[in-house]
Amino acid sequence: MAKILLEMRNITKTFPGVKALDNVNFQVEEGEIHALVGENGAGKSTLMNVLSGIYPFGTYDGDIVYDGNVCEFHDIKESERMGIVIIHQELALIPYMTIAENMFLGNERGKSFKINWNETNELAAKYLKMVGLKDSPQTLIKDIGVGKQQLVEIAKALAKNAKLLILDEPTASLNEDDTKALLDLLLSFKAHGLTSIIISHKLNEVAYVADKATILRDGATIETLVKGVDDMSETRIIKGMVGRELSDRFPKRESHIGDVVFEVKNWNVYHPIYNERKVVDDVSINVRKGEIVGISGLMGAGRTELAMSLFGKSYGVDISGELFINGRKVELENAGKAIKNGLAYVTEDRKGNGLILSSSIKINTTIANLDGVSKHGIINKDKEYAVAVEYKNKLSTKCPTVEQNVGNLSGGNQQKVLLAKWMFADPDVLILDEPTRGIDVGAKYEIYCLMNRLVDEGKSVIMISSEMPEILGMCDRIYVMSEGKIVAEMDGKEATQEKIMSHILSVAG
Amino acid sequence: MKNRVQTMDFIKKYAMIIVLALVVIFFAIMTQGKIILPQNISNLISQNAYVFILATGMLLCILTGGNIDLSVGSVVCFVGAVGAELMISLHVNVFVTVLIMFALGTLIGAFQAFWIAFVRIPPFIVTLAGMLAFRGLSNVVLDGQTVSIGDKEDFIFLFGGGANCYIPDAFNVEGVNVTCIIVAVLAAIVFILMQIRKRNIRIKKGFDVENPVGFYIKNCAISAVIVAFGLGLAFYKGIPTVLIWLAVVILVYHYITSNTRVGRYFYAVGGNEKATKLSGINTNKVYFLAYTNMGFLAALAGMVTIARLTSAQPSYGQNYEMDAIGSCFIGGASAYGGIGTVPGVIIGATLMGVINLGMSIMGVDQNWQKVVKGMVLLAAVIFDVVSKRGGKLIAE
Repeated sequence: MAKILLEMRNITKTFPGVKALDNVNFQVEEGEIHALVGENGAGKSTLMNVLSGIYPFGTYDGDIVYDGNVCEFHDIKESERMGIVIIHQELALIPYMTIAENMFLGNERGKSFKINWNETNELAAKYLKMVGLKDSPQTLIKDIGVGKQQLVEIAKALAKNAKLLILDEPTASLNEDDTKALLDLLLSFKAHGLTSIIISHKLNEVAYVADKATILRDGATIETLVKGVDDMSETRIIKGMVGRELSDRFPKRESHIGDVVFEVKNWNVYHPIYNERKVVDDVSINVRKGEIVGISGLMGAGRTELAMSLFGKSYGVDISGELFINGRKVELENAGKAIKNGLAYVTEDRKGNGLILSSSIKINTTIANLDGVSKHGIINKDKEYAVAVEYKNKLSTKCPTVEQNVGNLSGGNQQKVLLAKWMFADPDVLILDEPTRGIDVGAKYEIYCLMNRLVDEGKSVIMISSEMPEILGMCDRIYVMSEGKIVAEMDGKEATQEKIMSHILSVAG
Repeated sequence: MKNRVQTMDFIKKYAMIIVLALVVIFFAIMTQGKIILPQNISNLISQNAYVFILATGMLLCILTGGNIDLSVGSVVCFVGAVGAELMISLHVNVFVTVLIMFALGTLIGAFQAFWIAFVRIPPFIVTLAGMLAFRGLSNVVLDGQTVSIGDKEDFIFLFGGGANCYIPDAFNVEGVNVTCIIVAVLAAIVFILMQIRKRNIRIKKGFDVENPVGFYIKNCAISAVIVAFGLGLAFYKGIPTVLIWLAVVILVYHYITSNTRVGRYFYAVGGNEKATKLSGINTNKVYFLAYTNMGFLAALAGMVTIARLTSAQPSYGQNYEMDAIGSCFIGGASAYGGIGTVPGVIIGATLMGVINLGMSIMGVDQNWQKVVKGMVLLAAVIFDVVSKRGGKLIAE
C-alpha cells in the first residue's frame, strides 16, 4: 500500500448560519489522481480552501495531516511552501503580462530587489516544455487561448515545486481537444509521481483520469470509490451525489396554467470580452400564465447569461433572437424597457447586481418603480414609506425599521428586500436566479411560499437554480441547460434528479 | 447593549455637528470671543460663499461614486473672466452677462460630462484636462491682466460680498437691522411648523416617528441657531445679498437630493451602479447631469467671486476645487459614493470656514493653517471609513 500523502480529519467549517463542512474525512495517497465530486454547494471548494490555507488555521475544526505532519496553514504561501498548489476555476492570470511574468508573480527570480529576467525566462521555458507549450515565455497572456492559459497555470504551479496539485474544474472552459490534452498531461505527471486532486462535474473525465473518487454531499463525505474495486460509472457516481430524500420541504400548490405569456425564440448571446465565445446557443423557451418553469444546470451552463440577456440585454454582445410577450413581438434594448414590458430579473448576485447596500430598505424597495411613489419627478415620501412597510410585512422581513440599511441585514432578509423590490415593480413574469442561494432553510420555505402566491395571482415565474431538489419540488416544467444550450425539457412530475443529471452530463461528455 | 448601539449611532449621525460646536467654542475661547462678533459671522458667509456653492455641486459628483471634479477652480476663473470682459470691454448689459455666464458654465459642464458619462473617460482625467485648459483660457481671455468691475455696482450688489452688499433695512433703527431679525425669526418659525406638520402626518398614518423629546430638542436647537445667526448679522449690517443665493442653492439642492427621483438616482448610482442599471435607470444620464450641474454652479461661484473681489484675474479660483471636495468629505460624504447630504456638506464647509477664520484671527501662519485643514480632512475621512468598518482600524 502506498504512502498516505494527505489526510484531512474531521474537518468542520461553519459560515454565519451555514455549516459548509461537517466532519469531513478525506485521504489522498501519494502518486494518485483523486477526484472530488459533488453538487454545487456540496463543499468541495470550501474543503480545498481549508487545505490551502485560504481559510486559515483556527477558522475550522479538525486536522490536516500532510506528509506525516499535522499542519497549520495560516495563508496560501505556507501551504505552497509545503508543495500544495491550488489552481482555481477562474484563471488568475494577468492579461497584459507575459507568460513568464505571470508564472513567477509573487515568486520572482533574482536577488533582493532586482529581477533576473534571464533566469525567469529560462525557467519559464523549462516548465512550459513540461506542460507541452511551445509558445515563447515572453508572449502576453492575452494573446493565447484559454486552453493554453490553463496550461500556463499548471506550469506556474509546477514552478512552485508542487507535490500536490489541486485543480478546481480545470476543464470548465476548455473544448474537447484541450480537455483531452490536459487530462493526458495529468496522467503523465502521475507517472512521474505527482499527486493531484481534481474537482470536476464532468464525470466521464473523472472516470477516465481518476484512481479514486470521493463524493461530497451537503458538506459531508458520502463515500470514496476506488477504481478497479468499485463501480466508477457515471450513474454510480450520480447516485452518490444526489441520493437524498425529498420530503415536504416544499409547500403544496395547485397549478392553474393559462396561455403562453413570454416566449423566447432562437436566442443567441456572445461573451462580452471573448467575443467569439457563444454563451447562449439557440435557446427557445416559453412560460405560461400561472406557471413556474425551472431552468436546471450546472454553474457556467449559461443560465444567468440567458436571463440577463433577456432582461433588456443586460449581458453579452451580438444578441440575436426573438421575444414575444402575450404573443406580441417586443424589442427590449435596456432594463427600463424590460421592466415596462412586465419583466423582472431577481439576480443571483444580490450584493453585486441587486441591492444598494449603503441605502435603506425603503430606498431599495422602490428603486425599480419610482413611478409608483412619485408624481412629476417628486417623490411622495410618506407613500414611499407606506409601500416599504407594506412589503416588509408581506414578506415578513425581519428589521427594526424600513430606514435600516440593507447592508446590515442577514442574507435571507436581503433576499426578501430584493424580492420586495421586484414585486413592487409589478411584473407579469419574474425571472428568479438562484432565489434561495446562501439563505437558511426557514427563509427558503418562506420564499417558496411567496413564489406560490405569485403564480396564484396569475404571474409567471422562471426559476434558475442549481439545487435540484428545489427545481423538482417547485416547478411545473423544467428546462435543462448545459453549455449554453437547452438540452432537455420535461414535465415537473416526471423529472428526477438522475434524469436531469444524465441530460447535463451527456452533453458535457 | 442596545443603548450602546444607539449612542454609537447618535455620535456617528451628529459627529460633525458636535465637532463644529466644539471648534466654535474652542476658537471663541482662544480669540476672546472675537470669532462670534457680528462682523466675523458676516465675514464667514461672504468669504466662504463660493465654497458652499461649489461643495453642493461637488456633492452630486461625489455621490455618483466618489468621483470628483478638479476643474471647478479653473471654470470659476474662466466664467468670471468672460463675464468681466463682457461687461467692461464689450459693455454688455449686466443681466445679459449673467445669463451668458450661466450658459457658458453649463456648456463647459456638459462638455466634460459628455466624455465622463457617455464615453466613460475617468472623471479624474477629464476634469484634470479641464483644470489645465480653462486656467489657460482664463489667461488668454484676460490677456494676463486684471480687469476691474468696480463700477458695475448692480452686479456687485447682486452677487455681493462687498462692503455695501446688504439687504437694506426697512425700519431704520440705529445699530441693529430689524428686517434681518424678523427674517430670522420667521425662518425659524416656518422651519419648526413644517417639521411638526410632517411629524403629525406621519403619526396620523401610523408610521414610526422620533420620540418627542429628541424631536423637540433637535428642532429647537436648529431654530435657536438660525435666530442666533440672524441676530449676529443684524448687529452688523444685516443680510448679505450673497446669503440669498446661498439659501436658494442650499434649499433647492437639498430638496432635489432628498425628495426627487433624479436626486435618488445620484445615490443609487453611487451605491451600486450595476443594480441601478438593472433597475431600469439610465446611469449614463445620471453622470451627465452631475457634471453638467457642476458647471452651472461653478458659473454662479464665478459671479460671486468676481463680485466679492470687484475684478477678474487669471489667478482666481485656485484650489477652490480642493475646498469643495474637502467640505464634502468632512461633511460625511462617502469617498466611495452613495452617501452624503446637502446639510452635511454645509456643515463641512462651515467647519472649514470657522477653522480658517479662527486661525486667521489668532494670527496663525497661513502655511500652518493649511496643515491643520489637511489633518482635519484626513481625520474626518478616517473616522468615516473606520466607523463603517465597525471600528476596526486596519483593513483585512
